[in-house]
Amino acid sequence: MSLLIGLTVLVLAAFVGFEVITKVPPTLHTPLMSGSNAISGITLVAALIVAGRGSGTAALILGFIAVTLATINVVGGFLVTDRMLEMFKRKDRA
Amino acid sequence: MTETFSQALYLVSAILFILGLKRLGSPATARAGNRLSALAMAIAVVVTLVSNEIMGWGVIVGGIALGTLIGFVAASRVEMTAMPQLVAAFNGFGGGASAFVAAAELLRDSDPALETAITIVLSLVIGALTLTGSFVAFAKLQGLLSGSPIGFPGQKIVDIAMAASLIVLSIWAVSQESVPAYWTVAALALVLGITRVLPIGGADMPVVIAFLNSASGLAAAAAGFVISSNILIIAGALVGASGLILTNIMVKAMNRSLSSVLFSAFGGTDAVAGEIGTEPVKRATADDVAIMLAYARRVVMVPGYGLAVAQAQHAIRDLASALEAKGVEVAYAIHPVAGRMPGHMNVLLAEADISYDKLFDLEEINRDFPTTDVALVVGANDVVNPSAKQDATSPIYGMPILDVDQATNCVVIKRSLSPGFAGIDNPLFYLDSTLMLFGDAKGALNDLVNAVAEV
Repeated sequence: MSLLIGLTVLVLAAFVGFEVITKVPPTLHTPLMSGSNAISGITLVAALIVAGRGSGTAALILGFIAVTLATINVVGGFLVTDRMLEMFKRKDRA
Repeated sequence: MTETFSQALYLVSAILFILGLKRLGSPATARAGNRLSALAMAIAVVVTLVSNEIMGWGVIVGGIALGTLIGFVAASRVEMTAMPQLVAAFNGFGGGASAFVAAAELLRDSDPALETAITIVLSLVIGALTLTGSFVAFAKLQGLLSGSPIGFPGQKIVDIAMAASLIVLSIWAVSQESVPAYWTVAALALVLGITRVLPIGGADMPVVIAFLNSASGLAAAAAGFVISSNILIIAGALVGASGLILTNIMVKAMNRSLSSVLFSAFGGTDAVAGEIGTEPVKRATADDVAIMLAYARRVVMVPGYGLAVAQAQHAIRDLASALEAKGVEVAYAIHPVAGRMPGHMNVLLAEADISYDKLFDLEEINRDFPTTDVALVVGANDVVNPSAKQDATSPIYGMPILDVDQATNCVVIKRSLSPGFAGIDNPLFYLDSTLMLFGDAKGALNDLVNAVAEV
């Protein structure tokens, strides 16, 4: 994949991100941050590819660290966001 | 799995990420949105494992198992008040993972093509900066490091020298294919992450976390370039955009600029306090305030971080319930920097079972203060300081504030007349329409609950 195609995807995705995220109300900014933080754990995909290649001990160790860190980011991020959003309820007036 | 099919599934994953973020736009759909994003992540991970030839399953299974365990324990045990630290730590892990991916890639292929070489350097630098910067932010928020700016004389010059060598060495590494230069660049980035965040004061941490959030997304996008993966670039760009938006909102709410936060030490302690508490204030007792509240038509609660520190979220909800039982309309005014990260106060109040449709942000609620009978300020100070509007010489002049001085009456619950983060006096306390109820937030609110019950 050429650098330019990658840059095109990056810029277009950033515009979509700005459009979508500008509409998130301030009430939800903390879950937005932890949820988008979990999405940045997508680097797990790269970590899996690198760790799976199994080329040399040093690369394997780095791959293992990358997989572990990215998994913490993904699992912890989605779970804690879910925990927070569960608390956001509308209470009907008694 | 064919290449085309796996690419198609990555596209499905990208669409689900965007739809998931879109659903975060309303509290009613947010939880489903987050689960949609998690599903997108699961698809991307499974597709990766199936479509790539995996030589070492042990490393992958071990890493995922360890990461899941740590992530699960951290996410289920964390207190809601500690959310900023947790997000800071997760940012660091994400950024760190991207740096390690780049490093592993470099070990495999020490002579990458020019395009790959550039992206490896970017991934290493952004990832390493995010890793150490986030952990300094974590340590400050957790209280392991002092919240006040930490630095040494001449630090700026040292930092500039390091940043300059980082740029020169990066160009050298890419153009001369020098592996030692790559490692030096990574080491410099790790050190710079530490020395750049240490001098930033605790009050500015919301900006720093939002900025590092954006950086962790950019690190993932850079890693996407390294391994030629669109899904990483797309997801990374989404997070990068989200972090930048939040950074901008925080910076505006604090009346700062991003460069002043990142490049100048500002802790609040160096601000001149001036004369504080020289003018007379009107003191009130819990009974006085209870009568005022119980006979009001409309009351707006203004919680600040002091409320969370005193763990008084449940007490303020009890007071609101007691007032609502008497037919008083109660709303909550949330300043963007009321907590320690964007939207933090909303989470803390949601945890105390306060309905989200009663929480209003600055612009919405400021229209309503002139028709509000009582504004009850608990544990907030600078965000209700009218100097921000009236006194052009004030350090907080221009900062958006909650206009509690426009309410018919204002009650401030506070321990003393001591200043807030900005270290300046608050003219609100001396207004004719303001009553001071001295005491700690939780005790005072509980006294009010009892007193309202007896009205």
